Amino acid sequence: MSLPPAPGGHPLVSVQLRSGVYADSVRLMQVSRRIAALDGVTDVLVAMATPLNLELAAGMGLAPDGGASPEQLLIAVRADDAETLAAAVAAVDAALAERERSTGAATAIPQRTVGAGLAELSPEVPALAIVSVPGSYAAVEAADAIAAGRSVLVFSDGVPVEQEVALKRAASAAGVLVMGPDCGTAIVSGVALGFANVVRPGPVGLVAASGTGAQQISCLLDMAGVGVSHVLGVGGRDLSEAVGGLATLDALAALDADPSTERVLLVSKPPSPSVEVTVRAAADDLSVPVRSAALSPETPDLTAAVEALLRDMGLDVPVWPSRPGPAEAAVPGAALKGLFSGGTLADEAMLLASPALGGIRSNIPLRPELGLGTDLSASGHVVVDFGDDALTRGRAHPMIDPTLRLEAIAKLAASGEPAVLLLDVVLGHGADPDPAGSLAPAITAARETAGNLPVVVSLVGTEGDPQGWSRQADALAAAGAAVFASNAAATRYALDLLGAPA
Amino acid sequence: MNLLSGPPAVVAAGVDVFSDALRVQGADVHDVDWRPPAFGDPADLAALALDPRRAAANRVAVERVLAAGSVLVDVRPAREVLGLQERTLLHSGPPLTWEAASGPMRGALVGACLFEGWADDVEEAEILLSTGAIALDPCHHHAAVGPMAGVTSPSMWMWCVEDPGTGRRAYCNLNEGLGKVLRMGAFNPEVQTRLRWMRDVLGPVLSQAVRGSIDAGDDPLDVKAVLAQMLQMGDEGHNRNRAGSLMALRELSPAIVALQESSGWSSADLAAVLRFIGGNEHFFLNLGMPTAKLAMDAARDVPGSTMVTVMSRNGTEFGIRTAGTGDRWFTGPAQTPVGLYLGNFGPDDANPDIGDSAIMETYGIGGFAMAAAPAIVRFVGGTVPDALATTERMYQLTLAENPAMAIPIMGFRGSPTGIDVLKVARTGWLPQINTGMAGRIAGTGQVGAGLVQPPRECFEQALAALAEEIRAA
Repeated sequence: MSLPPAPGGHPLVSVQLRSGVYADSVRLMQVSRRIAALDGVTDVLVAMATPLNLELAAGMGLAPDGGASPEQLLIAVRADDAETLAAAVAAVDAALAERERSTGAATAIPQRTVGAGLAELSPEVPALAIVSVPGSYAAVEAADAIAAGRSVLVFSDGVPVEQEVALKRAASAAGVLVMGPDCGTAIVSGVALGFANVVRPGPVGLVAASGTGAQQISCLLDMAGVGVSHVLGVGGRDLSEAVGGLATLDALAALDADPSTERVLLVSKPPSPSVEVTVRAAADDLSVPVRSAALSPETPDLTAAVEALLRDMGLDVPVWPSRPGPAEAAVPGAALKGLFSGGTLADEAMLLASPALGGIRSNIPLRPELGLGTDLSASGHVVVDFGDDALTRGRAHPMIDPTLRLEAIAKLAASGEPAVLLLDVVLGHGADPDPAGSLAPAITAARETAGNLPVVVSLVGTEGDPQGWSRQADALAAAGAAVFASNAAATRYALDLLGAPA
Repeated sequence: MNLLSGPPAVVAAGVDVFSDALRVQGADVHDVDWRPPAFGDPADLAALALDPRRAAANRVAVERVLAAGSVLVDVRPAREVLGLQERTLLHSGPPLTWEAASGPMRGALVGACLFEGWADDVEEAEILLSTGAIALDPCHHHAAVGPMAGVTSPSMWMWCVEDPGTGRRAYCNLNEGLGKVLRMGAFNPEVQTRLRWMRDVLGPVLSQAVRGSIDAGDDPLDVKAVLAQMLQMGDEGHNRNRAGSLMALRELSPAIVALQESSGWSSADLAAVLRFIGGNEHFFLNLGMPTAKLAMDAARDVPGSTMVTVMSRNGTEFGIRTAGTGDRWFTGPAQTPVGLYLGNFGPDDANPDIGDSAIMETYGIGGFAMAAAPAIVRFVGGTVPDALATTERMYQLTLAENPAMAIPIMGFRGSPTGIDVLKVARTGWLPQINTGMAGRIAGTGQVGAGLVQPPRECFEQALAALAEEIRAA
């Protein structure tokens, strides 16, 4: 057989047949590829000497002389020089002798979807899903949970309302609950999901369309020695006309069937009138007594709702914990400046203060004409909710990241406008591990700058919270703030300082 | 509602602060490795996820796929069973024109014209094909499948498998072996000689053997059962069919040998048939493929279902169909496989992905059952753990596990079956397909074997069409 002349030299060829050696074709192709990659090696065929492979070898000019049988191993190499050729043939032997190294352990494959994650759990284990992916994808993940027969808490906001309705209808049909979207707070059988406080177990179940409202109520109950069975969030839109209270109705039914729940408190902003009728009718059909703590101009006070519940239960209403702070003179004519992280707490403050103060400007105004511009500043009475969606886009919630509010406090102090500053601080799981750590110095600095700036804080939390109510209260009081466990009490104290008692 | 029955385990997708807070409480938390879907308009994804028909539709589709059986009932010429008009050639993949056809597809089409005697030489065949004198149609439009080029002409003998439950049938031609073969685009005299022998000897012998044993009252060969056994024996049913081919040989041999007496075949002919079957380790592939086709065809036309019923390539384009969109094809450019090459062939010699054989992965075996055939993973220099990982990933793309196709090393878990378009989008993982590689140039034949994935475009289009169908429904 004549070989084509190689440019610049005479290639050398080694063609061997070995008997008694077998390796499968995949292994041999791997060996061929490795040897072909060596410098100076131009052609390689390491293969069992089947007719097909002999034909390939012939095509490469590497056919063995004489007869070959399919049981034989053909090792055919062409290289630029004798040294490379010998090294290549030796490398074939080495490669054939090598053992494949493998750990034997499968790489763990991460679950990419809620469905895949839930599929890993035994159906007997109680389980739920938490979805906090971007809102445009949240319904897809939540739908997995419903399909798996599991309830789901959707923390994400920005979920289109028609997707919320579709999810809640599917959940209702499947006998599970969709908490949310935009639900930040729940406690299920003692497990705190999202922003929630460490409260004792007990007989009161909460259904909450409002996260910080549920936190305020569960904390006050805890301070009164009353525990909660579950806190079921339903999302801020659940009681709107569009959603029709779908999750509220399911949550009420679930608590009614729950042996550990003896009383239910429904926490929300004012529901749409028709939904309120539906929910009221459903609640009246349940065997568990349901009390409403819906905030409205007529019922502006979450603390009062807790006190009413305690009286329902035949319990004494305690003196709610507070730290009076320094004795301060009233500042008649000053403006109320409420800088809040909790939307429901801001609402409650406005509902309580408006009758005494008149219109309060806000980014979540009680009436549209009271709206604030994008710079959030106005003279006179102002309440800002830093937890509003428009202010949390691209940054963490103010319960985690206090930056914006700390800036606003410094700005207020520097403005020279006579004011009483009303703040909320929410403790518990998920929240800033030490809010007083940054807020107390900011209060001290603001009071120094402004000269006369009374600061009132509603501190929502419990002693059991990771931050500890008393530790935080003491640190804030030491900075010159008056601290109240009740947001309503804090608001009333601020009104007193304004010389405009509620 | 079981929600309140006790402290819940939590599966969390999204920001980790919630998971961290749960861990502090000692709760049982499982984080999902969530990432934005690889493709798909968010509104389309939500429309699919929230379609109230979807769960039930997918359940129906899965049930039909799993329930389908496959027994070998006949071997007949394509012209008889496919109603093939004269001057029609079937090919693999989605619809194709001569102009768009790749080298190996053209080679196989030319070879088939020569084999059928429609042309005397290559040039004449090319004129017939390029002037439209020969009609081209996908195998999939005829309840048929064909490996690689899949070129099927009227005189070729077809395996006819039947689902005993419904009487539906699917078809595939006979496997020619390895190397220079028509399905890889080779058409030289050696290929022609083999095709004629298959037409004159192999086909009639198999036909008489299969029909003879059924006529004698024997049970027809249960092809699905052979597939199931192969997975216990190191095959994955696509790139590795050794055990299956030997089992088929074992099952067919007695009836073949009996033909010497009953039908007067010479012992030389029958020996040649047995030698041919025994020498072709992919002989069974052409029985496995129509079996998978039969099962996937059962899920055609299930409105609301997001299951893929066909994945197929014609050497130019990759096409898929879904249960919810009927006979529509969704196509994208065929990718070039990654793998090992025969002799001194290399990546530049390989044609883009070709063949209907991805029906095996559509059915949940082949690349999806990689863990059953660790030898295959070495085509891309992988390891046994890689094989396990591939199958693990495929479970997250699929709707069901096929209990009939158990994978020993996965604890006999059923193979991951029923690709879900929605899951493909959400995980960002594409189906894993094991495949042979044909030479880019017509006439070359096989140049290697390896692994390949579909182009994302197919699934993107399918997703958009499924969402549109929901809006129209």
